Amino acid sequence: MNGLMTSRIGGAMEPVKQGGTDVMSDWAGPPAPIVEVQGVSRRFGRKLDWVDRGLVSVGLAKPPSVVRAVDEVDLVIRKGEVVGLVGESGCGKSTLGRMVAGILPPTAGKLYWNGRDVDTLSDDERRTGKLRTQMVFQNPFASINPRLPVAEIVGEAPRIHGIVRGDRAAQAAYVDEQLLRAGLDPSLKGRYAHQFSGGQRQRIGIARALAVQPDMLVCDEAVAALDVSIQAQILNLFMDLREQLNLTYLFISHDLGVVEHLSDRVAIMYLGRIIEEAPTEEVFARPNHPYTQALLAEVPRIELTRRSFSSIKGELPSPLNPPSGCHFHPRCPHAVARCTVERPRLKSVAPGHTSACHLNDVG
Amino acid sequence: MSVLLDVRGLKTTFPVGAGQIKAVNDVSFTLGRGEVLGLVGESGSGKSVTGFSIMGLLEPPGRITGGQILFDGTDLTKLGQEEMRRLRGRRIAMIFQDPMMTLNPVLRIDTQMIEAVTAHRPVSKAEARALARDALGQVGIPSPEERLNAYPHQFSGGMRQRVAIAIALLNKPDLIVADEPTTALDVTIQAQILAEVQKLTAEQGTALIWITHDLSVVSRLADRIAVMYAGRIVEYGDVAEVIGKPHHHYTAGLIGSVPSRNRRGSRLAQIPGMTPSLLTLPDGCAFRTRCARADGDCAVMPELTGQGAHWHRCVHPNTQVLA
Repeated sequence: MNGLMTSRIGGAMEPVKQGGTDVMSDWAGPPAPIVEVQGVSRRFGRKLDWVDRGLVSVGLAKPPSVVRAVDEVDLVIRKGEVVGLVGESGCGKSTLGRMVAGILPPTAGKLYWNGRDVDTLSDDERRTGKLRTQMVFQNPFASINPRLPVAEIVGEAPRIHGIVRGDRAAQAAYVDEQLLRAGLDPSLKGRYAHQFSGGQRQRIGIARALAVQPDMLVCDEAVAALDVSIQAQILNLFMDLREQLNLTYLFISHDLGVVEHLSDRVAIMYLGRIIEEAPTEEVFARPNHPYTQALLAEVPRIELTRRSFSSIKGELPSPLNPPSGCHFHPRCPHAVARCTVERPRLKSVAPGHTSACHLNDVG
Repeated sequence: MSVLLDVRGLKTTFPVGAGQIKAVNDVSFTLGRGEVLGLVGESGSGKSVTGFSIMGLLEPPGRITGGQILFDGTDLTKLGQEEMRRLRGRRIAMIFQDPMMTLNPVLRIDTQMIEAVTAHRPVSKAEARALARDALGQVGIPSPEERLNAYPHQFSGGMRQRVAIAIALLNKPDLIVADEPTTALDVTIQAQILAEVQKLTAEQGTALIWITHDLSVVSRLADRIAVMYAGRIVEYGDVAEVIGKPHHHYTAGLIGSVPSRNRRGSRLAQIPGMTPSLLTLPDGCAFRTRCARADGDCAVMPELTGQGAHWHRCVHPNTQVLA
């Protein structure tokens, strides 16, 4: 996987032709996508054995209920980009993030890493490819083994994957370097997770992810559990690392303030579908989809005067039984008859700005 | 505006080994009828313990070791268990972060709501049920009559929080203490609940203490803000004053850390270090080890100083106006 390694050296915004002889050169136009998903879906439901399947097929049993966590989603993440993925609980943003990171196989659809179809990769290539995308999780209490010292948490994966070779001293030095980069004192590496604060634990999670030299981080609500002042420290760390290591991010969050600050491009999900996607400034200045508009109106911002809150009506429908047509139509103030029957597709409404709303077709 | 709640020099401590953790240390504030106070702080600042102290819901061995909580002229710290019990749920109510702390998972909503009414008022079951139905309607729960027969697990998180708020409102209390009630909810649901709370407190003249770490929520909701750090109020005043011209460097740092206050993509103004352990607080100002302006003068605990509607606990107050 020489191609994957050389991509580290190339600049984020450099044209593809400078990327060398790697797989990226198959792609036209800079910058090349590092990950692309096409029509991916992920369903969760009970697996049927042959007896159940028989009963269902002759109509003696009801088909099991299936959650369409992600429903035919397309997303392109280009090298060096920070893509924000926004949505409320249950909209499928974490499931999509896990599929992008390669730790959850899609039920349907295609996943491309550096332009190559993941299904066509050999086992070896797939293993190396998986290392190139790492995840940082929301809960630093649950995602770190409480019975291993920090040195082992950070040092285990690079040792096993042969990323760092040499004697113990070389490995220890490598771990120190990783900890320092994440803003942790290497003298604490003999300690266990419970001896650290929430913010420090999140730094351990980041050091662990970076220890295998990934090109991309999928951050799933990585700052949601932290206090405001600690959250600012971690966000600054993410921005510094992006500059130093040329990282690409998929930044999953429900916090629009955080996403606006960090992202180049934002995709908004509602009940398993991406309903709008645009450069950050564009989407915050000119939100197109009624759901995006409602979501942006409700971002709490610091204000100097007391103001009354207003809100869109209704709750998130259950993904077990989503509304027909456009999933948002029962809550949408502008819904028309067509919205209840036909699923709107993402269509371009401005350069680089797509939105899935039938209202754009009128006039 | 008449004073409803007057907290004076409240101290709440938890014994740890040989020492004491002063979770709440000399906290004073007043609250008028119908007023909304935002009590802001990060984890471990003592904001929730302040709320629990007012409610008389401290878990032993934690206890109030000093000060007064004057509620409508009565000192709550002097009341016995039984007297407190009669007050709680009738004149003071609490909303928790997790609505399942309020709701019993094995009882229907109507059972729980009727009990909350009949425990405090001599009304028939049918009347209590009618009150419960009206309260559910008030907080925006559709078809309240049918929903009364449901169990808590049949509601979504946002709906459950509405039920908890409806229970708090049942006996038209004078004061509601809300401890991060919308933190676990989605943005659109949070906005719905804030809208309801804002409407109800204005209509019924209920005073509200909104405990949160989220400055942006209280900046829209509250009349006044108290910022807590390491057990003490470090700044207190009208929202526009505290947010627009923060005097304490901790408050200024908190406001600066909020992403939407910063230019997109720029580094956030972060507060260095982390919240100190209450067991090993520095002498004097607890914030001085993280403060850029700190010098020798900060080794003595500054008193709350200020005038009119804006008070702070800092010897080198910040003079910069935040945009």
